[in-house]
Amino acid sequence: MIEILNILLLLFLIVCAVGVAYIRDLLSAVILFSSFGLIMAIIWQQLSAPDVAMVEAALGTGVVSLLLIAAISKTRRTE
Amino acid sequence: MEDQITRITSRLVVPFIQVYGIYIILHGHLSPGGSFSGGAIFGASLVLVALSFNLEAGSKQIPHNAASVLESGGALGYLITGLVAIALGGYYLSNKAAGFPMGEAGSLFSAGAIFIITLFVGIKVASTIATLFYYIIEGEK
Repeated sequence: MIEILNILLLLFLIVCAVGVAYIRDLLSAVILFSSFGLIMAIIWQQLSAPDVAMVEAALGTGVVSLLLIAAISKTRRTE
Repeated sequence: MEDQITRITSRLVVPFIQVYGIYIILHGHLSPGGSFSGGAIFGASLVLVALSFNLEAGSKQIPHNAASVLESGGALGYLITGLVAIALGGYYLSNKAAGFPMGEAGSLFSAGAIFIITLFVGIKVASTIATLFYYIIEGEK
């Protein structure tokens, strides 16, 4: 059962990573990147690294996406 | 951009996030997590206040001067803790060899200098994240 969850998480991770690379709208790319960080945090937890999962959830999902959105608000939204 | 739902939710949630961050910093030597994770969580709560209310409310939580003092003070405290170990007769940052009290294993005060170092690094990480956010939002002045 837990293998199905892990495989689904990895599939979502790959979809998010490829989507970040291909999408043209930068704000959508940032939102996809933060969902990448959220899935990555759950995967770190599944890999028995709860401290890395905590850092990933706080930094990768919260702060980094906020900083990127702040950078977008200072510049242009499209590539 | 004033949003009622965001403001009320963050007003309810921010104290719990901050207590959780402090808990993770203080229990770094007992449970998963530590100075960097707890500091990141605490700093994210400071950024959340600035984001959901406005910049003035966020600056009231941690003023800019205080943030820069805390940032430098965290690094300085780490350095001084290491030098105190030398003064007590051990190597740089040595813990039990320098004679820091170890306490009972499993309790909160049970790791000597690790507790102090973790506290300082947590303060530094939290204030660095808040400072980084403010500098990007406000631009160069």
